[in-house]
Amino acid sequence: MEALKQELKEKIIDILNLEDVNQEDINDNDPLFGDGLGLDSIDALELIVMLDKDYGIKLVDPKEGKAIFKSIETMAAYIKENRTK
Amino acid sequence: MPENKTYIQSFCKIQNNEIILDGASIFKLEPTTFSDFSKKVYQNFGINYSKFFKMDNLSKLAFLGTELLLKNKLDSEEENNIALVFANKSSSLDTDVKYQNSISDPENYFPSPAVFVYTLPNICLGEISIRHQLKSENSFFIFDAFNPVFMINYAKVLLDSKKADKVLCGWVEYYDEEYKAFLYLAAKEGNLEHKTETLLTEYNK
Amino acid sequence: MIREVYITETNCITPIGFDVTTNIKNIIGSVSGIQLHQNSELMKTPFYASIINDEAINSAFAKISSAENYTRLEKMMILALQPIVKKSKLDERTGFILSTTKGNITALENPSSDNFQQAHLGQLAKNVADFFGFITEPIVVSNACVSGVLAVSVAKRLIQADMFDNIFIVAGDEVSEFVLSGFNSFQAMSDSPCRPYSKNRNGVTLGEATAAVLVSSNKENAKIKIIGDGSINDANHISGPSRTGEGLFRSIESALAEAKINANQIDYISAHGTATSFNDEMEAIAFNRLGLENVPVNSLKGFYGHTLGASGLLETVIGIQSVLESKLFVSLGFDEIGLSQSINIIGKNEDKNINHFLKTASGFGGCNTAVLFEKVK
Repeated sequence: MEALKQELKEKIIDILNLEDVNQEDINDNDPLFGDGLGLDSIDALELIVMLDKDYGIKLVDPKEGKAIFKSIETMAAYIKENRTK
Repeated sequence: MPENKTYIQSFCKIQNNEIILDGASIFKLEPTTFSDFSKKVYQNFGINYSKFFKMDNLSKLAFLGTELLLKNKLDSEEENNIALVFANKSSSLDTDVKYQNSISDPENYFPSPAVFVYTLPNICLGEISIRHQLKSENSFFIFDAFNPVFMINYAKVLLDSKKADKVLCGWVEYYDEEYKAFLYLAAKEGNLEHKTETLLTEYNK
Repeated sequence: MIREVYITETNCITPIGFDVTTNIKNIIGSVSGIQLHQNSELMKTPFYASIINDEAINSAFAKISSAENYTRLEKMMILALQPIVKKSKLDERTGFILSTTKGNITALENPSSDNFQQAHLGQLAKNVADFFGFITEPIVVSNACVSGVLAVSVAKRLIQADMFDNIFIVAGDEVSEFVLSGFNSFQAMSDSPCRPYSKNRNGVTLGEATAAVLVSSNKENAKIKIIGDGSINDANHISGPSRTGEGLFRSIESALAEAKINANQIDYISAHGTATSFNDEMEAIAFNRLGLENVPVNSLKGFYGHTLGASGLLETVIGIQSVLESKLFVSLGFDEIGLSQSINIIGKNEDKNINHFLKTASGFGGCNTAVLFEKVK
């Protein structure tokens, strides 16, 4: 799952245009929303698109997103479990 | 100062990879992409605002022009009642085309909310309002070319009715690497009269 | 001496009528324009929306012109303007404002340089203006979903600036794949007809329409007087409204101060009520902050869907009829209230004398607009 976590960090920086952030800056268990990386509601929606586009996962209930996107760790675990790509 | 006149306090122009503030060139680059130019402006002036990199080109252009025009002019203690009256010719077409491309292939159909939100020209006003905490009058218009007569009339109503203390008037045109921004601050006091000839002279320099 | 400004003519083209009278008749009869559509060119899966029948547009347009080269939206706009412009002289003191968010955006579906030109909002305005022979330069207001009512405010301000004596406004937007997919990507679309202010509301239903008005300094035949306005940004977030409703609050405050009336003199509010979780909640908070929680309020989105750049003007036109006919119309789609603070949502059609009517709107980019109207004695 290490490779997936690195991949996710890279993707987040790219997709969400986090210009001043490097992969090393993101810890696996840091909160992505709120205080941590400071992502907002549009970022959450973009991550839902990413789940579909890159991992073939369609979120039936977008409200699930809050738990899934809590941290890199929770995201990687969810993707490993549910990916179809 | 006669009651019924309005004045220009400051102006900023961005074109051909150059920024001109009150007639003086404050930044210039050799020809390069807007993406590169805007990033270098951001770095050069020490603008610390990570949201900048999420913006589309139109918003970046409007943001940078405003940032430099308002530098050292804002009251940090009190709210600033500066209205934003902006216009351009191409609306948000630069981003509209990008968004349309993201939905035109049924095999690769992934509409992006982060792109879609910028398919409205007034979003740049929202970005500016958030950055400078301007809870003020905002409106975005479309004209074929910079329309000084309209700007003068509309700004005057806002100032006379006291719905704004100052009005930031902006022409922010961007499409596919072709851009021009001409922004100025209008108020009830100042040295330069808010007249069509003055505006056109500065715009065309 | 500040000039007084009125609205003297109104018209609208919607799925429930091609004139104001027919629209009002259907509103009274609780007939909504929202239906389930299956059109894979617009969206892969079936969707609810309020869409005007193409045949109806074309046959109505054929009655006023045999020209072939107008876009669907242009025909809709011309149809809205035609009955009210034909009575007027279009001189240099007559302005023309067009309100839209996306205009002829469907032109981008088939890339070509002609289509690209057509996608420019200035071109849309020129095509409509030239049909009638306006001689002043068109002014386009493109400010997200407040555009329609902001255009009324802009017209009033320009007349007060003495730039014009009369200004025709037309507002319009279409339901397009571009907009449907965008709202969908925001998870903002309801899977059933929208339910403004309701506990189980879950998003917007999109719609399309055009509306037209004549704003004038001439009191003769005036339908209503425009007495105050405000268009203030939340300065909070580019796609979500302020949790304290700050921009809307200040916009209404600004309108009240200008009109020199108190909040308790407002008899009816035509609000934005898009049926998203956030918008409706924000409005409830802003109205409560102003002490407007008991004023009868409705959203017309249950009849028309969210018509984007048309909504502010279309809903103003219907609101004017409420004043002229002394009737409050039901907030269709509302069932059980789902707001943290209560407001007085109109549950059924009823008679009421309305002297002061407030129209509000909010939109992407943190924008808000409030316009106050007064019955003409």
